[in-house]
Amino acid sequence: MATFFTKEHEWVTVTDGIGVVGISDHAAHELGDITFVELPKIGAAVTQFGLLGSIESVKAASDIFAPVSGKVVKVNDALDSAPEVVNESAEGAGWMAEIEIANESELKNLMTQGEYDDYLKTL
Amino acid sequence: MNDSHYCPHTPEEIAEMLSTIGVASVEELFAPIPTELRAKTFNLPAGMSEFETYGRMQELAGDNTPGMVNFIGGGFYDHIIPAVVDHLSGRAEFYTAYTPYQPECSQGTLQALFEYQTAICRLTGLDVSNASLYDGGTACAEAAMMALRVTGRNKILIDGSVSPFSRQVVKTYLFNLDVEIVEIDPLDGLLNRAELASLLDDSVAALLVQNPNFFGSIEDFTAVAGQVHGVGALLIGSVYPIALGILKTPGETGIDIAVGDGQSLGNPLSFGGPSFGFIAAKKTFIRNMPGRIVGETVDKNGTRGYVLTLQAREQHIKRHKATSNICSNQGLCALRGLIFLSAVGKEGLAELARLNRDKAEYAKARLAAIPGVTVLQVAPTFNEFTVSLPKDAAEVVAELLKAGIAAGVPLGQYYLGSENCLVVTVTEKRSKKEIDKFAEALQSELIAIHF
Amino acid sequence: MQLIYEQSTPGRRGVKLPASDVPVAPSLPESLLRAERAGLAEVSELDLVRHFTNLSRRNFSVDTNFYPLGSCTMKYNAKVLENSANLFAPFHPMTALLPGGVELCQGTLGMLYDLGQLLADITGMDEVTTQPLAGAHGEMTGIMLIAAYHASRGNKAKKKYVVVPDSSHGTNPASAAIAGYEIITVPTAPYGDMDLELFKKAMTDEVAAVMMTCPNTLGLFNPHIKEISDIAHSHDALMYYDGANLNAIMGKVKPGDVGFDVIHVNLHKTFGTPHGGGGPGSGPVGVKSALIPFLPQPRIVMDDDGLLQLETTNQGTIGRTANFFGNFGVMAKAYAYIIMLGREGLIRVSEQAVLNANYIKERLKPYYDLPYDMTCMHECVFSASKQLAHGVHAIDIAKFLIDRGYHPPTVYFPMIVKEAIMIEPTETESKATMDAFIEVMIEAAREAELNPQALHDAPLTMPISRLDETKAAREQKVCCVG
Repeated sequence: MATFFTKEHEWVTVTDGIGVVGISDHAAHELGDITFVELPKIGAAVTQFGLLGSIESVKAASDIFAPVSGKVVKVNDALDSAPEVVNESAEGAGWMAEIEIANESELKNLMTQGEYDDYLKTL
Repeated sequence: MNDSHYCPHTPEEIAEMLSTIGVASVEELFAPIPTELRAKTFNLPAGMSEFETYGRMQELAGDNTPGMVNFIGGGFYDHIIPAVVDHLSGRAEFYTAYTPYQPECSQGTLQALFEYQTAICRLTGLDVSNASLYDGGTACAEAAMMALRVTGRNKILIDGSVSPFSRQVVKTYLFNLDVEIVEIDPLDGLLNRAELASLLDDSVAALLVQNPNFFGSIEDFTAVAGQVHGVGALLIGSVYPIALGILKTPGETGIDIAVGDGQSLGNPLSFGGPSFGFIAAKKTFIRNMPGRIVGETVDKNGTRGYVLTLQAREQHIKRHKATSNICSNQGLCALRGLIFLSAVGKEGLAELARLNRDKAEYAKARLAAIPGVTVLQVAPTFNEFTVSLPKDAAEVVAELLKAGIAAGVPLGQYYLGSENCLVVTVTEKRSKKEIDKFAEALQSELIAIHF
Repeated sequence: MQLIYEQSTPGRRGVKLPASDVPVAPSLPESLLRAERAGLAEVSELDLVRHFTNLSRRNFSVDTNFYPLGSCTMKYNAKVLENSANLFAPFHPMTALLPGGVELCQGTLGMLYDLGQLLADITGMDEVTTQPLAGAHGEMTGIMLIAAYHASRGNKAKKKYVVVPDSSHGTNPASAAIAGYEIITVPTAPYGDMDLELFKKAMTDEVAAVMMTCPNTLGLFNPHIKEISDIAHSHDALMYYDGANLNAIMGKVKPGDVGFDVIHVNLHKTFGTPHGGGGPGSGPVGVKSALIPFLPQPRIVMDDDGLLQLETTNQGTIGRTANFFGNFGVMAKAYAYIIMLGREGLIRVSEQAVLNANYIKERLKPYYDLPYDMTCMHECVFSASKQLAHGVHAIDIAKFLIDRGYHPPTVYFPMIVKEAIMIEPTETESKATMDAFIEVMIEAAREAELNPQALHDAPLTMPISRLDETKAAREQKVCCVG
């Protein structure tokens, strides 16, 4: 099990070919109080860095991009009625979707936790 | 000439300000504009006093023929406007404010808009309303675009008995998008349901209908809603708010998005504007609504208050991905609508609606009694109906205009083959005497032709 | 305050309706009728008057408070304009569309025609349509005209993009998207205008239009504007002028002279018509002659006898962007404003709008960061970045101003300035008013250093304190149930 990050602040934790995807604690903090998460449809095919969903706070809206290509196999429906969970636990209970990863070699396009932490310092 | 009433600085003040800025003249402030780009001509006439200005405006208003007795509608209706509407909407705290971006000093506008949204929801029987759109036609277009977003499809069906103006606005809004628009020619002045059935499939985003329609006919679209929903499409209904005093609501009908023009609700005819468009929908579509929406919340002491909400849908945040490009809406006209509805009230709106229908039914009977005049509708009507005349309706209308009567809207210019047809509108403002006079004038006009 | 619905008493009425003088018609079939009455208010006329009068007192407005809301041009709205518009209240728009009807409407059609001529002169355009109902509606109409122009030349498929600077109003990209275009956004250079080199790179033959606000939303006039329009034209892209900031340049420069092909004008900004708590506005669109064939219908034209006619025979038209002739009542006010001020008056308006903005800019510069420090036009944009060091945001300063009786400047825009404070005083404000405002702004800067909590707690003098916007967005209570 390993976690990777994108420059757009999504994370993916990979276990047995399935990637659990969400936005980083940093992104959740930047957005402020999250009021809505638009989740992808189960079965949707997504491509790495292509659109996965969107997220809204009171004064901002932002797209969520897929960290890996593949098929959406599960979404976190609980966020429909409780989007604040993303603020409370962006990298835990605030996960958004599970993707059946099409090509694990794409993970090399992502940052490790250490690399992401360094990246945040440059912003 | 002295404009110090609108540009108040004295020469001394201007000199002081220039010295603070550190320039020698006002002209120096325009230095960022390259000299070669400066305006070479500016040919506006010289200004005039307030008194002369008003005189010129009176002159222009006088160039229109006054005192027409209106039997025309076509989307704008000659209704009563209680005096309180002008007085209260004329409070400068309302009309010289702007979009309530700072809620603490805009609770007046925000609460009024919340009350307006409530009135529209209750009128239409739907769950959510925005804080107004431009007019009835653009509201139809916004609803169509909303349906395209909700369904992810790209075909819009429009009943040909929807106002030709609104249909044209929808077509214009969508003309450069990858959207197919199919108009369904009316049958007997109603939606052609057989043709609708043949067109409905899973490529259709929405069907747009109007009730009462452009000919004045009232239809029950409940079954149509079921058919439309059967293929996963939405039903958009353009409605007449005064008629909703008695008519089945969009909510009861199963309409997903209701739109309409709010002019009838306390806004003067004013040669076509400003009025306002309203839009209401089922709750599930709220994130796809266009324009401003006011929501209720509390402050840090728990006191109830109102804010602009779900702003992340809007252009100032989402830019090209916004649900609409609308920014300024018709807030003051919507406020007039709210004051009108609150003055007329729950029982009053129903009474007003019945009054309209009673007058129209009387007029219908009077006109139908004229030899050669036939009421075309089989369907019931509200305050508009269509008659067929023994000659070109355009000629008859032109003649009656000379007698100070705007007899109705001739259909020929909007529907081929309907040259003899006339849509007549009768609101509560038309007295029995005026209706009788109209019937007599029409009769003499038609007799004059027969001989 | 109670909602109007919470003051209802069954059976009460706010107005007496006319009695019927005709027989009661037989009732409609049950299937066509609503099951219950619409749940409207049931109040007396006095209840109604008190309610809305008290509501109105919970608003700041131009007539009660200095309202330097940048980008919105909240100038004073002359009272004679209201009286003027009321003169036209009884005229039905359908009259003009009836056979023989135009002869009865020469006054209203004449006013629209004259207004078009005046706006054409002010903006340097060849013809104006008065149909668009607000600024964004004008933008959409203008971009559709551009789309129709490209389509007429067989370039519909080729022209895919509209270029906008990142400082643009959100309506620009939103309007272009409705008209079917994808957006290319060009960043702002350190000199405060669209980066010229990046703009050149963005331009290809696939660009349909470039949308500019000039002066831009930082209040700066782009000295490269002619070069930009020449480059655009070399790619057969048309130049769109967002007229939101026209108040700065009347009589000084005409957009049509510097290469713009289409313009919308916000009558509710530059031409003194009131903003109505959010609208109605009015957004007439002016075009160069090449675009006249595509204008919306009906088009108001003058025949050889000097009579106004409605032309509906234009084959290339984009159709109709509103049901009738536009927001006539708003246009009547703008027309009265223009003829009252006249040539010299409008020049003075722009001069003093620019003078006032520069005065405020100079006086506040020592206290607030000015990211683009140069001569501005009608508005200036500060950043609260100095204050942020003390944990104070632009919004906190805004709330402090409310307590002192000032409507805050724009603080959420432009997006390219962090913690923006966008101040547009307009020409109608006196030096004394601005001086008092400046003192309060200086006080806010001092408070930010010494007592930031006071700013976080503001406002304290309003009927409500800061509202929980998150709760509103999550719960979505947008109407009163019951």
